[in-house]
Amino acid sequence: MVPVECYFVLSTLLFFIGVYGFVTRRNLLAMLISVELVLNAVDVNFAAINRLLYPNDMEGMFMTLFVIGVAAAESAVAIAIIINVYRNFKSDTADSITNMKG
Amino acid sequence: MGFEYSIFILLLPLLSFIVLGLAGMKMSHKAAGLIGTCSLGLVTILSYMTAFQYFGADRVNDVYQTIVPYNFTWLPLGNLHFDMGILLDPISVMMLIVISTVSFMVHIYSFGYMHGEKGFQRYYAFLSLFTMSMLGLVLATNIFQMYMFWELVGVSSYLLIGFYYPLKPAIAASKKAFIVTRFADMFFLVGILTFGYFTDSFSFSFAGDIVMGQGTTPFIEGNMTKAVAAGAFIIPTALTLMFIGGAGKSAMFPLHIWLPDAMEGPTPVSALIHAATMVVAGVFQIARMFPLWIQYAPEAMSIVVWVGVFTAFYAAAVACAQSDIKRVLAFSTISQIAFMMVALGVSLPGHEAILDNHAQLGYMAGMFHLFTHAMFKACLFLGAGCIIHAVHSNEMAKMGQLRNRLPITHWTFLISCLAIAGIPFFSGFSSKDEIITACMEYSPVVGWIMTGIAAMTAFYMFRLYYGIFWGTPCKENEHHEMHEPVVMWLPLVILSVITVGVGVYTTLAGFLGWGGSFGSFVSAAGTDYTIHFDTQVAATSTIIAILSICLATYIYKGESQPIADCLYKTFPKLHRAAYKRFYQDEIWQYVTHRIIFRCISTPIAWFDRHVVDGTFNFMAWGANEGGESLRAWQSGDVRQYAVWFITGSVALTLILLCI
Repeated sequence: MVPVECYFVLSTLLFFIGVYGFVTRRNLLAMLISVELVLNAVDVNFAAINRLLYPNDMEGMFMTLFVIGVAAAESAVAIAIIINVYRNFKSDTADSITNMKG
Repeated sequence: MGFEYSIFILLLPLLSFIVLGLAGMKMSHKAAGLIGTCSLGLVTILSYMTAFQYFGADRVNDVYQTIVPYNFTWLPLGNLHFDMGILLDPISVMMLIVISTVSFMVHIYSFGYMHGEKGFQRYYAFLSLFTMSMLGLVLATNIFQMYMFWELVGVSSYLLIGFYYPLKPAIAASKKAFIVTRFADMFFLVGILTFGYFTDSFSFSFAGDIVMGQGTTPFIEGNMTKAVAAGAFIIPTALTLMFIGGAGKSAMFPLHIWLPDAMEGPTPVSALIHAATMVVAGVFQIARMFPLWIQYAPEAMSIVVWVGVFTAFYAAAVACAQSDIKRVLAFSTISQIAFMMVALGVSLPGHEAILDNHAQLGYMAGMFHLFTHAMFKACLFLGAGCIIHAVHSNEMAKMGQLRNRLPITHWTFLISCLAIAGIPFFSGFSSKDEIITACMEYSPVVGWIMTGIAAMTAFYMFRLYYGIFWGTPCKENEHHEMHEPVVMWLPLVILSVITVGVGVYTTLAGFLGWGGSFGSFVSAAGTDYTIHFDTQVAATSTIIAILSICLATYIYKGESQPIADCLYKTFPKLHRAAYKRFYQDEIWQYVTHRIIFRCISTPIAWFDRHVVDGTFNFMAWGANEGGESLRAWQSGDVRQYAVWFITGSVALTLILLCI
């Protein structure tokens, strides 16, 4: 059986890779993918901790499924936004959208 | 039949004001004038109906009942409540007659006088507004309602004085009138609030009761004992403050300065507002509050007396030197109103009941003079309007020898001059004689001063009369066509018929002791009071008036006036001072501009600009600077926000862990 620490290491790695990617990548799609990684890190944590602490309950598992569903919806919305950004700015990089600058 | 229809006395002019004000510009002049005049005609009919019915009703306990056909609470405020309603008692019914008659005459007259003027419809709209407010003022059931209509009257006066608004003097005069009366009204309001605070009532319901004379239950409503317990000075103070408001409206010295300037308005307006009705609002106010004055503040009445005496003298002295005919009439108005004030002031508490009739002669005399003065002064002003209409100038120098060219104006003017001078068989005689009798009873000093002022009145009125209709003719106007349209002479004739009719009847009644004179309708105690002239006073004042008229005739009748010129050369400074109204306007100008504006207003303005504005400007500056310094953070770069966000959450997590 895989020890539970492995799951935590995996989720930590996923989380920080996601954060790193979100901060460093300029491409909007790459940033979206990074956000998905962060969400997946959370999913892994939910599942692992559910099994570790409450083996007879399923709330963590359902939460995982719920987050996956929400993530799907979120990425659909995000992609729609990215397409519109691309249409308006003729660019898919985050640096080009600085209209909100104060 | 009740008095329910009296509400239309207020609603009809209001309706006509709204119609003319909103749709007037789309109407022809004639239609607008007819709407205004017809609605006022109906009001006049209703007023006379009210009067006949009211005075025709039987007396209860020898007095006319106070009738309140309408009264509803408009604004309840704890113990206090502001009511709106209609109150009919002898003085308000008497005022209804005065206002509606004069206003109706002015409406008719204006057809001729204002013919073809720009803004004719607006003029009639304002006249309706004024009439409505003035009627509301006299019909008010409580001080607060009176105050509201009082201010409305002030506004309509302002609008009508400034009727010729393209002309600078008219604007200045209207502003002056508004500001001066408003300044006085501030004291009125303070007085009302003081009174209301201490007595828990704004109601006039005391008026009916004390006037009814028995004096047992002075208040239906209100708590006079509370006010008296709070301090004996409170009611006199409140009443004196209210009197200051009344003095402003009635142009008592030193608040009279607006009235001569108000003559910039159209002449019929001067006749209606600044001679017959609005300016007597102060007198009416004192008459309305009279039971309180007499019971709680008899000492404070001496203020009213002396202010009145001084004003009467001052205005008469100034009137002797003015050259503008409307100014002469304006000062004579001030002087005559001061007569009414004095008459009210000299009423002393009686010996048996608080209000026994004989001691209250002054009250009746003041109201009587108000009535007669309104009629003959309106006639004089409307006559002056005819003259101005004919010669296109207000200056006496442009007139002279007009008696054959304006015959009807001449005769009516002469009748009114005789009335104001106090010649028997003209209405002014009876009322002025009663005033002087009352003054003599109060104190012979006041009595003789008032007799002297009455002599001055006769003198300056006949100086005016001879200056216009006799004296030196003006070369410019010799071939000028002059005519008197029927709409203009008819009101003059009606008003002089009233003057003569009232005069003849009251003079005979006074000498022969008939009833049915003015005292039967309006008297302090409300009982039927038969006027008896004091033969000595009547004879003295008649002889003095005739002597003054003879003097004026001797000086001013001829084509050349050697005596007047000689007097003018002997006392040039006195003439100049009187012509300049003894520099009252200059003194006010000095006090307001040099002292109040410089020493009080300028520091306040500095404080406002630098301290108050400075505080808020500093706060705005701070917010602006803060925003400027934070704006670099809003780079618009999403990834940067993310870095800050993550750093922040990591920092928070660490902090939470450490704690």
